[in-house]
Amino acid sequence: MSIISLININYTYPLEEKQTIHSLSLDLEKGCVYGLTGANESGKTTICNIIRGFIPELYKGELTGEVMIKGKNINDYNIGDLATIIGYSFQNPFTQLSGVKDTVYEEIAYGMENIGVPRSKMIQKVDEIVKMFQLEDLIDKNPFELSGGQKQRVAIASVVALDPEIIILDEPTSQLDPKSTEDIFEIIQLLKKQGKTILLVEHKVDLLAAYCDEILLISRGELVMQGPVKEILSNPKVVEYGGQLPQVALYFIKKAKANGSSVSQVPLTVQEVYDHLNKDGEV
Amino acid sequence: MSYLSLKNVSYSYANGYEAVQNMNLDFDLGESAAIIGQNGAGKTTAVKLMNRLLIPTKGEVLVNNLSTKEATTAEISKMIGYVFQNPDDQIFQDTIYKEIAYGLKNQKLGSDVMKNKVEAAAEICGLKESLNEHPYNLPYSKRKFITIAAVLATDPNVIILDEPTAGQDRESTERLGKLISHLANQNKTVITITHDMEFVVREFKRVIVLADKQKRRDASPREIFWDEELLRLSDLKQPFICQLADTLGYKGILTIEELLERDKNETYYN
Ligand SMILES: Nc1ncnc2c1ncn2[C@@H]1O[C@H](COP(=O)(O)OP(=O)(O)OP(=O)(O)O)[C@@H](O)[C@H]1O
Ligand SMILES: Nc1ncnc2c1ncn2[C@@H]1O[C@H](COP(=O)(O)OP(=O)(O)O)[C@@H](O)[C@H]1O
Ligand SMILES: [Mg+2]
Ligand SMILES: [Mg+2]
Repeated sequence: MSIISLININYTYPLEEKQTIHSLSLDLEKGCVYGLTGANESGKTTICNIIRGFIPELYKGELTGEVMIKGKNINDYNIGDLATIIGYSFQNPFTQLSGVKDTVYEEIAYGMENIGVPRSKMIQKVDEIVKMFQLEDLIDKNPFELSGGQKQRVAIASVVALDPEIIILDEPTSQLDPKSTEDIFEIIQLLKKQGKTILLVEHKVDLLAAYCDEILLISRGELVMQGPVKEILSNPKVVEYGGQLPQVALYFIKKAKANGSSVSQVPLTVQEVYDHLNKDGEV
Repeated sequence: MSYLSLKNVSYSYANGYEAVQNMNLDFDLGESAAIIGQNGAGKTTAVKLMNRLLIPTKGEVLVNNLSTKEATTAEISKMIGYVFQNPDDQIFQDTIYKEIAYGLKNQKLGSDVMKNKVEAAAEICGLKESLNEHPYNLPYSKRKFITIAAVLATDPNVIILDEPTAGQDRESTERLGKLISHLANQNKTVITITHDMEFVVREFKRVIVLADKQKRRDASPREIFWDEELLRLSDLKQPFICQLADTLGYKGILTIEELLERDKNETYYN
């Protein structure tokens, strides 16, 4: 049984003439990392909102089809249970912060406080999260006196702190420096090892190539490509659909073209090239 | 004499936290630069000091020889336009047209001139079809372009873009690149904060690295991205093509084209 299933979803926002999501069907398996990518306004956030139930709970409009979470129709969950199962870090980190807490430490504890986690367990969990996200220098700061990237890391940390089975991260690294970006991908790897299912909306395909199991490519509200990373992110069709290919793949595709040779499978990451060279004893 | 200078500038926030320490920077008209560096390095704070959103606690910021300590915000913002990191900090009107027109209000323009300016700015930001919409009907990525258009409409000499590439897809990132070269051709100075290293290589000849409240280096992309010690200390990474070139044993490469040129006659991978 898939942990998330979307069955023939169609959706139109209120007062809009154009339909945003078209005949979307999708099965996501437990313990896998899915990279959801595609152009701006292709429908990625809308899909996240549908899976989390914010559509139709908060956004009305016209929704047809079925959303199944852990084999049960989403409409049969009560709102609180759904919130515990699915953690959701919003696209705009500036809107994620609670606005009621004076320190980063309390901000991270806030969600747990709301669902009544016992104090000792809460403290233990916050400490674990602070370490995981390397927030040691920030814990006493006011969340509203952080830099953009710092706010984003705190926002993601607060979601992971609740220990949800399914984690939706909508462009979690948009404001992050290159090192913190890779750190977040490493955390995603760690969460995967803990058996979490992760839906990651991201433009940074070079990193999706290194860390995801599958790619979901959305174009104008349609799921146009889906499959293992190797298969999708080496296919030039991705670009036609408004997505992009990893730099390493682009280089090898161009190189093959220049040599007049055809490529069946190009490497996608620097690591792959490195491993290949070492294996052949060429380095 | 540079058009914009930071002279030994330090800044501490109200809570006492020092975010910028003894910084010196100079920009001539027509000279663009990227600012890169770790989260919390002080990038946003540094550029807010340039357009008088913040005033130095120590040292001085000079714009066209005028110290921001002595000038008014209105005087400075005619010369220096700042596009916020978070567009929602900057958007207050209920249509995109009004938002873009807002900064022009005090210029006593005829309605035709006003309309032309708004439309021109909207055009280059890809918003011409959306002028009557509510800004919040557009997603984050587009709201960023609204705030860019609003600043462009006022035609300042220096345009500061705080993380315009955040959350942008390939097409919008290309649009940003074109917009920056277009402005540079008009002898504007475009100062862009970004975490997109590939974008820096494509669009800038000058790169300023900030780390831990200070300027670490001010140099060309090639010098910056092959200074591995500097990158490590500043939480930066080489662009992926530099990493690949390094693995293949080539130093100093910055782009796919350079790498293709370099290994024309060799096959490292098949
Ligand atoms: N209003 C504020 N009050 C107190 N400290 C602040 C405030 N805003 C930012 N800071 C602190 O100043 C430092 C620099 O922040 P700044 O926003 O300039 O960083 P940045 O380089 O732009 O980072 P990012 O890449 O994350 O946007 C950070 O340590 C931050 O926590
Ligand atoms: N609240 C809303 N009301 C009306 N239309 C919306 C709303 N949110 C998003 N849209 C529209 O739905 C489409 C998909 O948007 P979104 O899901 O945010 O895309 P992405 O996350 O891929 O950038 C876009 O055309 C967008 O303008
Ligand atoms: Mg989105
Ligand atoms: Mg900033």
